[in-house]
Amino acid sequence: MNRSIAAAAFATSLVAAFAAAAQADDAMKGKEKCFGVALKGQNDCAAGPGTTCAGTAKMDHQGNAWKAVPAGTCVTMKTPKGMGSLTPIKS
Amino acid sequence: MSPAGGVARERGFAHALLDAAAATPEGLIGRDGAAPVRRFAVYRNNVTVGLIDALATRFPVVRAIVGEACFTGLARGYARANPPRSPLMHLYGASFPTFLAEAVGLEELDYLPDVSRLESARVHAYHAADATPLDVSAFAALDPGVLGDLRLSLHPSLTLVRSHHPVATIWAMNAGAIPLEPIGDWRGEDVAVVRPRLEVEVLPLSPGAATFLDALDRGVAFADAAVEGVEATGGPVPHDALVGLARLVQAGLVVGLTQGVTP
Repeated sequence: MNRSIAAAAFATSLVAAFAAAAQADDAMKGKEKCFGVALKGQNDCAAGPGTTCAGTAKMDHQGNAWKAVPAGTCVTMKTPKGMGSLTPIKS
Repeated sequence: MSPAGGVARERGFAHALLDAAAATPEGLIGRDGAAPVRRFAVYRNNVTVGLIDALATRFPVVRAIVGEACFTGLARGYARANPPRSPLMHLYGASFPTFLAEAVGLEELDYLPDVSRLESARVHAYHAADATPLDVSAFAALDPGVLGDLRLSLHPSLTLVRSHHPVATIWAMNAGAIPLEPIGDWRGEDVAVVRPRLEVEVLPLSPGAATFLDALDRGVAFADAAVEGVEATGGPVPHDALVGLARLVQAGLVVGLTQGVTP
């Protein structure tokens, strides 16, 4: 496909393309809407923590030797490789 | 105190803030004239907790995926090694995806860095400059003959996240948009993260669309961008590109256009 062929073909009406896109939108409606989840509640409050005395109530307990042991929704989602090793590894 | 002494003291203070085992920095004096050991410990704790909280706010899906305990450990490790360089906390964590890619124990979750890039893109979009998307009518008035040479300005909040993993699905599952369940069809997904108006949106892209968008964003003319896009997929160029354009416009991703400028 070269550029001039592509450009020539664009001379077909854009209107048809907009119509086709609108149809595709209808077909995708449920999914598309879901994915368009807004970033609700996301604001500058990330600048808030640490600027107050929040930490006096919430101690950060630091372990000495630490290794990431994921145990959240990754266990549910599973990959095709399997998630067997996601159970805590005894080291 | 000499300026050099001041700098050394600041460095010492900064170091002590990030290392829980470090002694109270020299030169701190409490009301009783002694070093405020306990007060400094409270402050140090606040700094770390604050940074961990900032990361948790910015990467809620990563946190859900690995679980709270694991995330806190990761965030602490990241915060201690990467203190903020800017007072703008919504910029903090820009290198968290790289950190995740190298974290010991996360080897199996090789999709996590891409998910964190998507989350980062959402915060970027949230804070990006506003821009008014072009209306469909701006295109309807165009002579179809000039389409190939059009150059489009895409929305300033736009970030493309391309992945070999189903990042859109993973993100949507953890954002509560679709049910959380095993992902049988594990394939790469590209998304456009953008805030055309007030809300940040995560738009899954069809194959080739990210290449097409990326080319447009670099200022490549529409026809050339379409060819680049199709080389990544093999679909019918003119039709796909026009529908692609129409969808971009309808999604509010296009904020400007320039006609007939051929370099």
